[in-house]
Amino acid sequence: MIQAILVFNNHGKPRLVRFYQRFPEEIQQQIVRETFHLVLKRDDNICNFLEGGSLIGGSDYKLIYRHYATLYFVFCVDSSESELGILDLIQVFVETLDKCFENVCELDLIFHMDKVHYILQEVVMGGMVLETNMNEIVAQIEAQNRLEKSEGGLSAAPARAVSAVKNINLPEMPRNINIGDLSIKVPNLSQFV
Amino acid sequence: MVMSSLKLQDLIEEIRGAKTQAQEREVIQKECAHIRASFRDGDPLHRHRQLAKLLYVHMLGYPAHFGQMECLKLIASPRFIDKRVGYLGAMLLLDERQDAHLLITNSIKNDLSQGIQAVQGLALCTLSTMGSAEMCRDLATEVEKLLLERSPYLRKKAVLTAVHMIRKVPELSDTFLPVCAKLLHERHHGVLLGTITLITELCERSPAALKHFRKVVPQLVQILRTLVSTTGYSAEHSISGVSDPFLQVQILRLLRILGRNHEESSESMNDLLAQVATNTDTSRNAGSAVLFETVLTIVDIRSAAGLRVLAVNILGRFLLNSDKNIRYVALTSLLRLVQSDHSAVQRHRPTVVECLREPDASLSRRALELSLALVNSSNVRAMTQELQGFLETCPLDLRADCASGILLAAERFAPTKRWHIDTILRVLTMAGTHVRDDAVANLTQLIGGAQELHAYSVRRLYSALAQDISQQPLVQVAAWCIGEYGDLLLEGSCEETEPLQVEEEEVLALLERVLQSHMSLPATRGYALTALMKLSTRLRGDNNRIRQVVSIYGSCLDVELQQRAVEYNTLFRKYDHMRAAILEKMPLVERGGPQADEEVKESQEATRLLEPAPVPTEPQASKLLDLLDLLDGPSEDSQQPAPVDPSAEGTLIHLLDLPCAPLAPAPIPNLKVFEREGLQLNLSFVRPPGTPTLLVITVTATNASEGDVTHFICQAAVPKSFQLQLQAPSGDTVPAQGGLPVTQVLRVLNPNKAPLRLKLRLTYNHYGQSVQEVFEVNNLPVETWQ
Repeated sequence: MIQAILVFNNHGKPRLVRFYQRFPEEIQQQIVRETFHLVLKRDDNICNFLEGGSLIGGSDYKLIYRHYATLYFVFCVDSSESELGILDLIQVFVETLDKCFENVCELDLIFHMDKVHYILQEVVMGGMVLETNMNEIVAQIEAQNRLEKSEGGLSAAPARAVSAVKNINLPEMPRNINIGDLSIKVPNLSQFV
Repeated sequence: MVMSSLKLQDLIEEIRGAKTQAQEREVIQKECAHIRASFRDGDPLHRHRQLAKLLYVHMLGYPAHFGQMECLKLIASPRFIDKRVGYLGAMLLLDERQDAHLLITNSIKNDLSQGIQAVQGLALCTLSTMGSAEMCRDLATEVEKLLLERSPYLRKKAVLTAVHMIRKVPELSDTFLPVCAKLLHERHHGVLLGTITLITELCERSPAALKHFRKVVPQLVQILRTLVSTTGYSAEHSISGVSDPFLQVQILRLLRILGRNHEESSESMNDLLAQVATNTDTSRNAGSAVLFETVLTIVDIRSAAGLRVLAVNILGRFLLNSDKNIRYVALTSLLRLVQSDHSAVQRHRPTVVECLREPDASLSRRALELSLALVNSSNVRAMTQELQGFLETCPLDLRADCASGILLAAERFAPTKRWHIDTILRVLTMAGTHVRDDAVANLTQLIGGAQELHAYSVRRLYSALAQDISQQPLVQVAAWCIGEYGDLLLEGSCEETEPLQVEEEEVLALLERVLQSHMSLPATRGYALTALMKLSTRLRGDNNRIRQVVSIYGSCLDVELQQRAVEYNTLFRKYDHMRAAILEKMPLVERGGPQADEEVKESQEATRLLEPAPVPTEPQASKLLDLLDLLDGPSEDSQQPAPVDPSAEGTLIHLLDLPCAPLAPAPIPNLKVFEREGLQLNLSFVRPPGTPTLLVITVTATNASEGDVTHFICQAAVPKSFQLQLQAPSGDTVPAQGGLPVTQVLRVLNPNKAPLRLKLRLTYNHYGQSVQEVFEVNNLPVETWQ
């Protein structure tokens, strides 16, 4: 079972924090910090496995991590998971992110934290591996995004109309529009500005 | 009017723009105030945006509990965009400890049967992440229905949710067990993966389920076979050319559980396992993952012998792989095998030892564990050498494990005592501060027991101590040894070490250095002081230097040292005639078990209880007791009195410098001295021929009554000129109706040949009453003292 999935950058700033077992908030932050310190000490050419820190469960738990450019992806797992398998899982997750965001970089994770969560939910659910087929995952995410947009279209129309009106530069509008024979008097709209 | 609220992106921009932590906090606090106000005002349209922002700051570590109720409102909203954020918030912010979590049960129930796949998926996801036992019970039927849905997306999510539910509410296993067989016929990999996980969970929880699912072993074998064959290759699921390695690994794990201790199942798997083991391409990580799982399965089930050898060899090959991850997993797997296939793993010992030299801490830790497990009597010398080399260079957190591991291995497999002593010495020198507390006691006992090595040990220890007095366990052992065997140190040559010419003054100077060093622990100082004292009888020179040191420490601030020094001082002055006897060499210390411990404790109690007895021998007896305490001190670790207590017993004997002669048949008649309600006390006397001043009295308590006599304690007192020693009684209960009597031996020294007088004090419980009797023994035969 996967206990936690943490993504943080080279300075320890969290980019994604997902726990599959309940810890109080302060402990969660402590775990992120402790994990960061443990992982930071590792050279780049040694193995990707670490015995877990003291806060997360103890001797049965391992930290399996991968370093991509400026980000560390750390999965905290217990002994029932295959270590090499989790390494592959991290790769699947990152490749899926890449497909969904088109050449994903750290900024994407920063500004779209919620979307990253939704993608992760299609890969790992309840601490267990749900789906590893990238095409399926991406298809599902796209379907959800479409659903969101379609809803958003209907209910956002009034909001769009209002913001359109606000953006009309009323003082600049001519008082009279004279096109040939037509003379249109423009009403005074200043009270709507 | 639309409230101006930052979009999530804008908030993040602002936070990132903050230059300091304080600035960031300010920005976030301001925004949280906005969010709170917005929650209060109840703007439904942008609620999801506010919650998204809140979840972001929550990830950074700021409090977000005021958003919990908003999650509920969002989940109840019909819009997908609201539900999405709402459920995410529920998973991140809510848990079993808040009562609010139960309120979403209804929403989840509605969403589960809603018909929009994405929404149902969200509900299942939330349930499987934070669903409590009550929620799981309420929603079990909904989830069960979803297992039969057409959409594989829903089925795969429902299956994993079922796993979570079973973990929370084990009784639900019965609900979900029947559907598994049908789900195994799936083609969809996601559903299959979930199903295998579900079956694994069921089998791990109940032996009945395990038996039930043994039937599906052939089906599992078939699925796996299809996966690895070229026709079943699915490009969509392949990772670097291996067809769905995640599914393969899960199936292999399930096969392992089903085949364990079951001949028939194991047999049906053999071919498949052999096929996978030989055909899997391990050039990439995915293939290695599958291969490892296969190896673990082969070893765990009742596989054919040839297959097992193949498995271990595969692991051995992996040990040589350049990829560190593979080596790590190989070491871990070998550790699992070392108990069951010891000889097979032994073949790879050289490679394992190589891995000790890895700079990678994770790898070297695994290698250390495995190396320690591989030590046996034939390779103990070589392995210990390697491990000692490792001890010198290993990282600090591994030192303690390494040191104790070496000591343990040495204890189990030491070929000779001398090698054993050498090894412990080396470990103490290198990593003295990291060894366990009983190492000192073990070593002293070991040295004490190897009489032929006394000279050798004391020389080695002396040289080690002369070089470095900082490693406390080493200093303690060395001090004890020098104290005990100082005469051997000064004697001259010893064949086993180079000739070491040591002057008395040097030895004394060294011990004084230990005493004065600020690095020495109080316990160590105690050892050193006592060693100095013992040397006063071992060395030939005069004792002025020692006397000086001892008297200085009489005013030491440390109470323990002060007491010792004062008593030693007294030993020099008033009781000089006894000093030699008291400070004699200690006999071999028995590894004290709890029984020996009790006996000695009883005798100590008995001797201590002598004090209140109104007999003029008191001051001498009490002095005796204090001296006994004294001598217990140095050989006792504060943590481990057990193995050393028996020495108090032995010391008592040597105190009086008397051999424990076997009791010759007594020509002196026995004497019945006491009788009450069936409890009888008899004394029998022996005068051992070699020692005219010694009288050995055996007190025998017999019980002819109907009730047991318990807590029986017999104490004795003799006149001032005599010396009395009580040995431990055989027990403290005299069973009723002629049960096994309690015997106790008293040794009386009568140097002046004065008439013997003996007073006895008995305390015991009989018929529910506690009895105390004090009486003088009359009619003692003349032969007892003449």
